[in-house]
Amino acid sequence: MKRWIRDGDVVVGRLDRQEAAVVRGLVSQIQDMLLARAEEAPQDELAELTGIRTGSSEAPDDPILGRLLPDFHRLDDDAPDPDEVNSAAALRSLHEPELLDHKTGAAETVLRTCSPDGGEIRLTIAEAEAWMSSLNDVRLALGTALDVTEDMPEELPPEDPRSPHLGVYHWLTWVQDTLVEAMSP
Amino acid sequence: MTTPVEQERTQPEAVGEEVAAEDRPWQTVVWNDPVNLMSYVTYVFQKLFGFSRDHATKLMLDVHHKGKAIVTSGTKDKVEADVAKLHAAGLWATMQRAS
Repeated sequence: MKRWIRDGDVVVGRLDRQEAAVVRGLVSQIQDMLLARAEEAPQDELAELTGIRTGSSEAPDDPILGRLLPDFHRLDDDAPDPDEVNSAAALRSLHEPELLDHKTGAAETVLRTCSPDGGEIRLTIAEAEAWMSSLNDVRLALGTALDVTEDMPEELPPEDPRSPHLGVYHWLTWVQDTLVEAMSP
Repeated sequence: MTTPVEQERTQPEAVGEEVAAEDRPWQTVVWNDPVNLMSYVTYVFQKLFGFSRDHATKLMLDVHHKGKAIVTSGTKDKVEADVAKLHAAGLWATMQRAS
């Protein structure tokens, strides 16, 4: 991977075959998690009639999905304000379908524009934004799974089971950061 | 026979404190997290809210150093929409009444 370069309305990058496989594999996994969550949304006749979709009102149990789909209020872990709990449930139900569409759509864009064989990637500005958003989701998921902290070292001791995965995380950080740099006004 | 549901309910508030609570604007809060890149957070603030690079950078640094920053404020609908946009970008955002 070389750093992303913006040339007018086109953003160009290049991944080798192995790098493309890593990106596609991780993006697909996140997309599958989000699609499974979308399928859990309550189905009701009223929603089909009105076209107003409602998502789940409960926060996901899974910490990765919880990070990708946050609450609208900061709820106190020990003594949450009952009004805020109700409001957070209503707001989640209202907004989650659109948020899931956005994230699965961004993942779809990455899978469509990143060939399994690797090679040059040419993106429109909208596609580059989808890549940024999707790479960020993958990093949020990996960061949650690896329990990443702000002062995370470049490398963990070899005996740490997270050690091989941290390299992937740091590489994705670099890929996202150079994309942001190429896109920044 | 029925009548349309009132769209805007105006409830007389008896207690002064409650009236004050209703008047307080809503705020969009962005919280620090160990994953989101400083460059990306700055980019998102500029892109979503049209902030200058300097203003977006200042807010990003507040999030980074103080743990959170209030990035926008206004009506409940506006702030709710701002939080939804920040969630789509992957930032950890919540909404609250101004204290």
